[in-house]
Amino acid sequence: MSDSKTPLLDELEKGKWPSFVKDLKKLAQRSPKAKDLLGQLELSYKDKMTHWKHGGIVGVKGYGGGVIGRFSDAGDQFPGAAHFHTVRVNQPSGWFYTSTALRELMDIWDKYGSGIVNMHGSTGDLILLGVDTDNLEPLFTDLSNADWDLGGSGSDARTPSCCLGPARCEFACYDTLALTYDITMTYQDELHRPFFPYKWKFKMAGCPNDCVASIARSDFSIIGIWRDNIRIDQDEIKKYADSGLNIAADVVNKCPKNCVEWDGKALKIDDEGCSKCMHCINVMPKALRPGEDKGACILIGAKAPIVEGAQLSSVLVPFMKLEPPYDELKSLIRRIWDFWDEFGKARERIGECIQRIGLGNFLEKVGLDPVPQMVLQPRDNPYIFYEEYFEEE
Amino acid sequence: MSTPQRRTDIGPPHYEKFLHPIIKNNYGKWKYHEVLKPGVLVHVAEGGDKIYTVRAGSPRLMSSDFVRFLCDLAEKYCDGYLRFTSRNNVEFLLANKDNIEPLINDLSANGISAGGTKNTISNIVHTQGWVHCHSAATDASGLVKAVMDELCDYFTGKIELPHKLRIAVACCLNMCGAVHCSDIAILGVHRRPPKINYERLSNLCEIPSIIASCPLAAIRPTIIDGKKSVEVDEDNCMYCGNCYTVCPAMPIADPLNDGVSIWVGGKVSNARTTPMFTKLAIPFLPNNPPRWPEAVAAVKNIVEVYARGAKKYERVGEWINRIGWPKFFDLTGIEFTKYHIDDFKYAGKTYRTTTQMV
Ligand code: SF4
Ligand code: SF4
Ligand code: SF4
Ligand code: SF4
Repeated sequence: MSDSKTPLLDELEKGKWPSFVKDLKKLAQRSPKAKDLLGQLELSYKDKMTHWKHGGIVGVKGYGGGVIGRFSDAGDQFPGAAHFHTVRVNQPSGWFYTSTALRELMDIWDKYGSGIVNMHGSTGDLILLGVDTDNLEPLFTDLSNADWDLGGSGSDARTPSCCLGPARCEFACYDTLALTYDITMTYQDELHRPFFPYKWKFKMAGCPNDCVASIARSDFSIIGIWRDNIRIDQDEIKKYADSGLNIAADVVNKCPKNCVEWDGKALKIDDEGCSKCMHCINVMPKALRPGEDKGACILIGAKAPIVEGAQLSSVLVPFMKLEPPYDELKSLIRRIWDFWDEFGKARERIGECIQRIGLGNFLEKVGLDPVPQMVLQPRDNPYIFYEEYFEEE
Repeated sequence: MSTPQRRTDIGPPHYEKFLHPIIKNNYGKWKYHEVLKPGVLVHVAEGGDKIYTVRAGSPRLMSSDFVRFLCDLAEKYCDGYLRFTSRNNVEFLLANKDNIEPLINDLSANGISAGGTKNTISNIVHTQGWVHCHSAATDASGLVKAVMDELCDYFTGKIELPHKLRIAVACCLNMCGAVHCSDIAILGVHRRPPKINYERLSNLCEIPSIIASCPLAAIRPTIIDGKKSVEVDEDNCMYCGNCYTVCPAMPIADPLNDGVSIWVGGKVSNARTTPMFTKLAIPFLPNNPPRWPEAVAAVKNIVEVYARGAKKYERVGEWINRIGWPKFFDLTGIEFTKYHIDDFKYAGKTYRTTTQMV
């Protein structure tokens, strides 16, 4: 008979994929909090049920967000898990690190918390899992002196995140890292002190491939795009063809807009008809590149199902140039927040608020002109709320 | 000893501090990239500089020691420069091509696989589960581990797919992850209306906000023992748990009934087709820790049927749209039930209004 206290979890030590159980069991030898977390998780595996209580309000002085209270309902049995709060640390743009910085951060974390982290949370933060209430202030002091700050939580601007963009991707149509840093710094107050109707997420993607799922996961999606022609290097096209790529099958026939032509010698693109979907560029990155007149499409309103059903973001500004200091973008954000402040209901995301009020009315309130790019098609029902009518004199 | 001063609203460290010198020098000047082999990329700059990337799967949930271990490798092979991806992979950024193989060997000696590029199943985006959330209908880390153990050869590129495949796990309908737009999604579900603790409710919660929290207006005010309280119209509840988020006295977790559902065909990229939501494939499978064999088998089946049937460059949703949903259920052997037919708002939009079945 094995005397292991976690027989169920031990099963997850097997297999090809890295095992968090193996890793955390090792940690448990020096971290009582990690040990009790595993104990409680084993209990959940046995009971098929969570043993976390509803979050309580904890935090650090002067901040309304960044810390999420977490208390165990099995704290008697697992005292180390009794308080197990989450601290969201605002990640650097693009999730770039040096080992020196990560080591310093881990040393601070080991001093005050369980030693367990998430690289990274769904919104993008580096997550520290498992600290007692009493250790929150000293942890925060050390973090801030090592140049780290907290991210968002609750009804505030959540930590903005972005793809690695121009740092290592030839497709980037604007500087996602710079914009993310700028937005994060500009809205520190909105990030740390929740006074929105509900959460607000920014995600910056450098091109329509959208590697950060901004169209699905952010209230305000900034997705890079270009306006002019795809740049073609015919020599490289030939090399792709010579190396065995079937350009007719894999590029021409897959173009959703039927706008690529290939006669075996040269590739032609009808850029007027191109939807900038990225497919041809993804297949032949050496030969094709986005154009040079670059910027971003701004979309609004994505969210998961709760409450009124899931939504994808929809187009607000089909194309905007994005250069520092980003005045046009920030003015738009401010107008939308002012609108939301006036019309939003508690726990209603901006996407739901726009659905309730109507996109047309929303545009009027934030001072944007309606353009056909905002919809897939005009309405197909005649229930129009005309705002004016004539009367006999 | 004086206590150190705390600093507020300083924001994250500037990313430039963490960029590899080659990246800093070629910022915004990348020309193209190539996938040298699964998990290994080279990016080439206009001027000819190259940066190599080795991508490997991480469990997302890890110890500080595991992070230090990644740091050791980064120091040994790439001057300490590393990053993480939006899908919880770790990436090492190398100047020297000769370090690629030794790094991969070191990783695999420690049970970590390189992969996740091009036509592979990348790492699973997932949520907290029983490890750290009060709302969870299932665990996430264990489920992910069990699924990836089974699908690891698709991550490493040992088995090739028609196109990339993105899997996500969320442990409740809050979906703290892009579950609703993944090729395959595993979603924890509750199946029983909340049980009300009347005593706690009157001390802890505001009646109007509980009532307002319900998307289906299934919560009504009532009087219990002379105190204002609420009741749930059980026929109208779809177990979303939003009332529980607002009021801790309405717990919804229930070991007998909680489990997982499987969804397919979503995507976020704009390549070829527009972004798509996932759609329901399997309404319910039991929670069966520690290895969730039913859920793992269901996901594997869908992956295998897709791998056999899809054409090159077809994502799962694009493949299904080509062959049609009737064929999808036919090929996967998944039973089509009443639960697959939408009955939420605007449900009629999903009814077939043509004689074309493909
Ligand atoms: S979203 Fe586009 S620019 Fe950003 S990393 Fe992905 S492919 Fe590159
Ligand atoms: S970007 Fe898409 S639509 Fe435009 S030419 Fe390429 S494949 Fe066709
Ligand atoms: S998906 Fe639900 S259960 Fe999972 S972490 Fe998010 S809120 Fe918690
Ligand atoms: S679980 Fe959802 S549907 Fe059911 S009563 Fe609560 S809020 Fe309403």
